[in-house]
Amino acid sequence: MLTIRNLYARVGDKEILKGIDLEVKAGEVHAIMGPNGSGKSTLAAVLAGREDFEVTDGSVEYLGKNLLEMEPDERAREGIFLAFQYPVEIPGVSTINFMKTAVNQVRIHRGQEPLDAVSFLQLMKEKMKLVDIDQALLSRSLNEGFSGGEKKRNEIFQMAMLEPRLAILDETDSGLDIDALKIVANGVNKLRSKDNAIIVVTHYQRLLNYIVPDFVHVLYKGRIVKSGGKELALELESKGYDWIKSEAEVA
Amino acid sequence: MAKDNDILDEITSKEYEHGWTANIEMESAPKGLNEDIIRFISAKKQEPEWLLEWRLKAYRIWKEMKEPRWANVTYPEINYQDIIYYAAPKQKASPKSLDEVDPELLRTFERLGISLTEQKRLTGVAVDAVLDSVSVATTFKEKLAELGIIFCSFSEAVREHPELVRKYLGSVVPMTDNYFAALNSAVFSDGSFCYIPKGVRCPMELSTYFRINAANTGQFERTLIVADEGSYVSYLEGCTAPMRDEHQLHAAVVEIYVMKDAHVKYSTVQNWYPGDKEGKGGIYNFVTKRALCAGENSKVSWTQVETGSAITWKYPSCILKGDNSSGEFYSVAVTNNYQQADTGTKMVHIGKNTRSRIVSKGISAGRSQNSYRGQVHILKRATNARNFSQCDSLLMGDKCGAHTFPYIDVENNTSRVEHEATTSKIGEDQIFYCMQRGIDEESAVALIVNGYAKEVLNQLPMEFAVEAQKLLALTLEGSVG
Amino acid sequence: MTHASVHNEILDTLAASAMPVNSLQQQALQEFIRLGLPGPKNEEYKHTPISRVLEKSINPSLPFQSEGKVPDEKLWKLNSIPAYQVVFLNGKFVAKQSQLPQGIDIIPMHTARDLQVVSDHLGKYADFKSDSFTAWNTAAWTDGIFINIPEDYTVDTPIILYYLHDATAGQVKSITRNLIIAGKNSKVTIVEKWFTQGSDAVISNTVSEILLREKTSVNHVVVQTDDSNHIQYLHNQFWQEAESLLNSYVITLSGMFIRNNTRVALDGACESHLYGLYLLKDNAFTDNHTVVDHRKPNAFSNELYKGVLDGKSNGVFNGKIYVRQGAQKTNAFQSNRNLLLSDQAVAHTKPQLEIWADDVKCSHGCTVGQLDEDALFYLRARGIDKETAKAMLLYAFAAEVIETLPHDGIKNFLDTLIRDRLHNSF
Repeated sequence: MLTIRNLYARVGDKEILKGIDLEVKAGEVHAIMGPNGSGKSTLAAVLAGREDFEVTDGSVEYLGKNLLEMEPDERAREGIFLAFQYPVEIPGVSTINFMKTAVNQVRIHRGQEPLDAVSFLQLMKEKMKLVDIDQALLSRSLNEGFSGGEKKRNEIFQMAMLEPRLAILDETDSGLDIDALKIVANGVNKLRSKDNAIIVVTHYQRLLNYIVPDFVHVLYKGRIVKSGGKELALELESKGYDWIKSEAEVA
Repeated sequence: MAKDNDILDEITSKEYEHGWTANIEMESAPKGLNEDIIRFISAKKQEPEWLLEWRLKAYRIWKEMKEPRWANVTYPEINYQDIIYYAAPKQKASPKSLDEVDPELLRTFERLGISLTEQKRLTGVAVDAVLDSVSVATTFKEKLAELGIIFCSFSEAVREHPELVRKYLGSVVPMTDNYFAALNSAVFSDGSFCYIPKGVRCPMELSTYFRINAANTGQFERTLIVADEGSYVSYLEGCTAPMRDEHQLHAAVVEIYVMKDAHVKYSTVQNWYPGDKEGKGGIYNFVTKRALCAGENSKVSWTQVETGSAITWKYPSCILKGDNSSGEFYSVAVTNNYQQADTGTKMVHIGKNTRSRIVSKGISAGRSQNSYRGQVHILKRATNARNFSQCDSLLMGDKCGAHTFPYIDVENNTSRVEHEATTSKIGEDQIFYCMQRGIDEESAVALIVNGYAKEVLNQLPMEFAVEAQKLLALTLEGSVG
Repeated sequence: MTHASVHNEILDTLAASAMPVNSLQQQALQEFIRLGLPGPKNEEYKHTPISRVLEKSINPSLPFQSEGKVPDEKLWKLNSIPAYQVVFLNGKFVAKQSQLPQGIDIIPMHTARDLQVVSDHLGKYADFKSDSFTAWNTAAWTDGIFINIPEDYTVDTPIILYYLHDATAGQVKSITRNLIIAGKNSKVTIVEKWFTQGSDAVISNTVSEILLREKTSVNHVVVQTDDSNHIQYLHNQFWQEAESLLNSYVITLSGMFIRNNTRVALDGACESHLYGLYLLKDNAFTDNHTVVDHRKPNAFSNELYKGVLDGKSNGVFNGKIYVRQGAQKTNAFQSNRNLLLSDQAVAHTKPQLEIWADDVKCSHGCTVGQLDEDALFYLRARGIDKETAKAMLLYAFAAEVIETLPHDGIKNFLDTLIRDRLHNSF
């Protein structure tokens, strides 16, 4: 589904990604872990098409297409979803209105009929249950005055609404207490299928207790320095990142 | 909600959509302004002597005045002798019913989406349609008359209700008020008149629709609304003009007289032709609007969505004279290309416990200049007066300007005034967030701008709100990316 | 004094001067003639009837006292702060009273005028083409000081400029002009203070141009406590280069009629803080006009002006923020808060944003209101009498302005001044 080859990216003069290689197939869940500043969030942002980052080398192929040539909204319509680490507030625009606009643009792109108000609301009600989100919250301005947990739940709700092929969860666990974490993870798990893939970007192993990955990659100084199965995450949890750092420095 | 999407879908590469002209046989005065022209206008309208005298007095005052240049707008000198001050569609003198109105006129308004045929109107809106200098038709008159509501063209009011017109004309905006008000007083040709009797709640929205059609013509309409004790009315105003290379002058006056316990809501969606992308042509919109809250507990709300005109110079104001009276001003002003807007309000607190609220949202794009100018004046005897103002500016692109000029003068030590203003760029992270959800950039901008203006748009009646959202998106087209 | 009599006065001053009239003075005189004195129609003086007050208070047919006696030091000197001092009497530098630092050029303007460095900068920053008082000053100042701080130099104690007036035997005119150049990476604190002895009328017109070279740090404090028959015009023009830091304070505790122009041009990625406090009572009139002009990208400015108006006093605030095209990434904030304590006091405030760049964050806010009744009640419910409670709340309101003043000695001095003022008179 997604093939990243030798990806380099920088912001300003600062090189952040220094040769990433990663292959993600449909049905897989990949976890990207690493210490702060290793480039995890940058990788997520580059995949979503954020213009602040300049790709200087390498390629990203997504469903047989060159992902790097696509605009952010095209990528989204092609099924890439980024759950933001810091979801943006948009005053005056309700989540409902926002989602209706997005869902219908995506539907049109997929050659489906846009939803009318009634069927949209029906769909929304169904997906709301997934993350246990209140309708009153969705009538309010997008993310404005939401708590950290509410913002993250809103992200997963939107993911459920848009039914992406490839979801990238950027530090979705940050700022969540254990109950909220379970709700969010539960929502994500329900969306797992053999047709879609998920990349979980996280600093801690904690989330991976609930969203169990097939593969774990450790990112350090802009490179994947170690890959393994879910047991790698547990190893990181008990040993910390220093072990990886020294191993990487030696190599 | 459903409508939002329709609106966004509708955004194609359309430019100003009301830029056509209609072929209507016209009758007009020769170019220029002098006492004879004023006599001509007055005679055409078969006005009583007192009104002619009133006009001539205004003209003499105007001649001595200087055009104001303090606003933050620039434009070449206006040659007031090069304007036609009266143009009217040729039709039988004052049609008694819609059947007598020239069908071409009716079609002109149909094209604007305004059906004057009552049975076709689904919503409860009564319309007074003004084309160039005269009122063409007023709908639902009879139905309103049953409640004692007078809603008719200004000329008709002068004929049928001279005592009311004479009493209130110039009582809120005196002819000496300013240069353009004096000019309007001298040459105003028509407009709407509305009287809501004591204790009556007007059951439908009243609306005036202005259309400039003729070339080289200025439009000088006058609206007078009198709300008697305990009455309520919601009034709407819309306007369009054809695309022409030359600038056209629009200098209107709106006066609202509000008595004890009465409430008037006045909403405008201003969509005069703004000129082309290079700043050629467009309407000079120099308008005086003022409401007098004369009685206790009276209330006035102004809501305006300003998207059109090459230049807008407009400060809908509230004189809060009655104790416990209140005034509100909600405004969205969007400028793009070479448009210039200097708009805001004036809240004059005279009575005790008077309240005012100002919410202004400016959006500048292209090479436009957008200024908020507002005054809050608390006079000595306005004990316990309160004002809150919020003025925000949104900038799109680095060639435009956003300016804020609030004047706050407080002479009473029991009053409170708060003013806040912010200026910022449209959020790139917000646009990216929308795009990440699959929304294209232009729609994302429209969505964000509508959200930004929501507090004001919410004040508009439903039908107008949809129109306004559409206009916002249309005006800002091509301003990002 | 009318426009014509000020004009005559300028000509007299120029004729009496030992120095030849230079082209800057000639130009300024032309501007003065063109501008006239500001009337009520002048937007910049809308609520400030300075011309009327001038005409009423100063009699052009009477002579100005140019000589006089330096008043007793106890009356005007800030003894609590070790400092260098520059003393003017009736607009003339007094060498005997002044204590000047070593290591920096600090020269009275009447001898410094023809130095190359002075003519390179004098009149280049303070705009004399839009304000006739600055034009007057530029054409016919009587004295002033030129301070040139070398690169990398830190002036160890504040430099205090004392403007003294002896108005015991006739009216006084004091037209002073200063030029201060803070060299690259230098640090200095400058204080300006006025004192008048006697009850005859005083017109003072002080214009300073203060240039902050790269990486300089300047604290500038204006202390207005002169409660005599004094009409004061003050114009401080700052010009900031990259990475410089300015802290400007304008503290007004009394004054019959004061107009302050505080203007900052941010001509590089620099930082400016402007603070003002006006505590007015009786018939005091104070007008603070500020301009923050963002000319280059990446600069930051913050402005806080607060006023407490009692008696029949009148407080005017006008704050302009300009963000010029190209001054992207500007952050500019401004706030003006006023308390009206009496039903005769009046506040006029006009904050103004004019922005031509898009990638900016700017905001302004202003309020006019009263002391918080709930807070007042709360204090009284704890047994504090009404007057003390009021003074405490007013102090809390006022003290915010000087809270961040980087010089402890001056901060303590102002703190005491404000405290005394609030406990004794409001």
